[in-house]
Amino acid sequence: MDALILARMQFAANITFHILFPTISIALGWLLLFFRLRWLKTRLGPDKAAAQGWLDAYRFWTKVFALSFALGVVSGITMSFQFGTNWPGFMEHVGNIAGPLLGYEVLTAFFLEAGFLGVMLFGHGKVSERVHLMATFFVAFGTTLSAFWILALNSWMQTPAGYEIEGGVYHVKSWVEVIFNPSFPYRFTHMVLASALTCAFLITGLSAWQLLRGVGQRSAPHVLRVGLTLAALLIPVQIVVGDAHGLNTLEHQPAKIAAMEGVWDTERSAPLLLFAIPDQASRSNHFEVKVPKLASLILTHELDGEIKGLNSFGDAHPPPLPLFFAFRVMVGMGVLMLATSWFGWWCYRRAKWQPAGLPRALLWLFAAMTFAGWVATVAGWYVTEIGRQPFIVYGLLRTADVASKVPSAMIGLTLALYVTLYVALILAYVTVLKYMAEKPEVALAEEARDEAAMPVVTAGGRA
Amino acid sequence: MNWMSFDTALPIIFMALMGLSMLVYVISDGYDLGVGMLMHRATDAEKDVMIASIGPFWDANETWLVLGVGILLIAFPRAHGVVLGELYLPVALMLIGLMLRGVAFDFRVKAKDAHKRTWDRLFFAGSTLAAVSQGWMLGRYVSGFGSGWNYPLFAAAIAVALPMAYVLMGATWLVMKTEGELQERAVHWARVAWAPMVGGMLLISMATPWISQIVRERWFELPEVIALMAIPLMTGVALFAVRGVLHSPAVLGPLCWLPFVLLIIVFVLGFLGLAYSIYPYVVIGQMTIWQASSSPEALKVILIGVCISVPAIAGYTVFSYRVFRGKTGALSYA
Repeated sequence: MDALILARMQFAANITFHILFPTISIALGWLLLFFRLRWLKTRLGPDKAAAQGWLDAYRFWTKVFALSFALGVVSGITMSFQFGTNWPGFMEHVGNIAGPLLGYEVLTAFFLEAGFLGVMLFGHGKVSERVHLMATFFVAFGTTLSAFWILALNSWMQTPAGYEIEGGVYHVKSWVEVIFNPSFPYRFTHMVLASALTCAFLITGLSAWQLLRGVGQRSAPHVLRVGLTLAALLIPVQIVVGDAHGLNTLEHQPAKIAAMEGVWDTERSAPLLLFAIPDQASRSNHFEVKVPKLASLILTHELDGEIKGLNSFGDAHPPPLPLFFAFRVMVGMGVLMLATSWFGWWCYRRAKWQPAGLPRALLWLFAAMTFAGWVATVAGWYVTEIGRQPFIVYGLLRTADVASKVPSAMIGLTLALYVTLYVALILAYVTVLKYMAEKPEVALAEEARDEAAMPVVTAGGRA
Repeated sequence: MNWMSFDTALPIIFMALMGLSMLVYVISDGYDLGVGMLMHRATDAEKDVMIASIGPFWDANETWLVLGVGILLIAFPRAHGVVLGELYLPVALMLIGLMLRGVAFDFRVKAKDAHKRTWDRLFFAGSTLAAVSQGWMLGRYVSGFGSGWNYPLFAAAIAVALPMAYVLMGATWLVMKTEGELQERAVHWARVAWAPMVGGMLLISMATPWISQIVRERWFELPEVIALMAIPLMTGVALFAVRGVLHSPAVLGPLCWLPFVLLIIVFVLGFLGLAYSIYPYVVIGQMTIWQASSSPEALKVILIGVCISVPAIAGYTVFSYRVFRGKTGALSYA
């Protein structure tokens, strides 16, 4: 296999693995802040059981956060090296633009998270409740700020703006235009919502699992309610934002849309293909199942709207097969999430927020959907990233021109090492999450009693 | 001499920043990698204390590496490609090592007790792999990626010496942060690691001028050599002081912090020596910092961020070390 494909696969493996964990930690940070605030609000009230539930929830999900964060950090370190090992030409050409954006990500966000994380995770009893709350806030804020800078750069690579080129090197003309480039607001919102939904299904799914196993009696009912409510509220918003993002893509990256929809020739009143196998060799689709005019309606909001076909882009279009399917996986997942969260929320409300009133089959469904957000998010990223090919900076710089000259055997070897490690780590992550969720809350409660008896020690007081 | 313009000075500022990040990284991750490499010599209960002693810090320690490589990437993009292309395989191995230890660190406390040993072994293996790879990379980098029989030999020597230095750092960190039996053992570990580390450092100091002509010219010219003698002399004094303190009973009591602090001084001195050898190259003999740097406009934008965030980072790093100062207790999530 040639070195370019291998280098792309290696980078794809790495970013796929990486994105799983920030997707969780971006929203989970805010959820932790919410759990903590709920506990602070209820602990002096009459309902001691509820207060204990929120505290248990905070403790348990802090552990999940720490684990996800650690995996995000280590896979993030890999990224900062792979820019140079896999795409040395990228920084040579657009370093003046990508450099500051990446730099700001590391400086403002990464350090904010990692620095306060220690206090947030282990600082309880060593700092005051207020300082601890602030640390939790800064961690959540830092993860979101990380996403801001990274998505600014990614969006710039999709819809470049605010630059000028001198002798092959890109220079910044306007930072405002670079950061707030045409696709950035859509992509950022889409991703933050994706993170919130991923977390909503994660906490719903694991709480359902705890209830099925008869553990987590205090916290799971509360967390389940938070998860279902969050999912039910956000998924319609996500669908509207996704639609707007699609329209934006049609305007700026029509070839991506053509590949997503399997449109070869430019046509009006394009049908929506529910299923097809796009074939790049024959430049046509096999086994089409279609709904007339629907693609035009969805994409242009007009029945006879025109959609440009892949054939009008020469060779400068992405491969349609992966895009076509990844897009359908994402949308399909979204529809499933909509149905599950609305139905689930309605059932739970009817059961007066008592898990005992829920059918076990429904809890099993929630548990099965625990990682639904991951599937949708990764599929969505495949659409947007493969959809940018054959360019690394859309329309301007080709991926093949910035690739490294490392021999393909060496890339192949390290690819195999990375993939083995990633698969093992994902399995370990899921297994440990399951194991932690099944631990009875008794252990947690004992910890909590000790802590309640112990006065808050001032910084550094406990040897 | 004319004052250089601000634009010409910018790459120097970023070189200094990159060097500083790498120095902080080597010192801070050095001690926690060292603790990782000492893990297999400890009992299970001691392992928990050792892990707890680095728990609040290791995340932030590793971000200095991201910052250092990040500056190489964003301020010297042309060098980033050359350096990481040359170091492709050791970089991959180091990353795998860092990943293994990072996740093993978190998994070991959350996994079933039966799996804890596996994670402990992975923590040890990951720490060692990362440290050895870093040593190899340092060796290749300092010798300008030269080819010939002596160059890999030199890199291999550093690949052994650097982990030894980390082990010594880790052991003295434990001397400072722990009490009782573990502290006594840590003193013993530090005494054992002292000789190989000093031997390695001597070897490198002698081999670097031999392997690199540029370094040779830098160090052995009159009258500079007289002023420069201060660096190896002070390093020697600090190293012997470490040995002296390790063999005195006060190391278990009021002076438990001294070996660690002295070692930091050794690292800083070594770093200054290295910086003197390399400047103004970013890839020795091939590329100066001015040839490799981004445009002054881009560097200025980054500098604004640096001026705001580096003091903040320094501030809360100090805060975090203050909160967790003193001897390590049991570590539990809040």
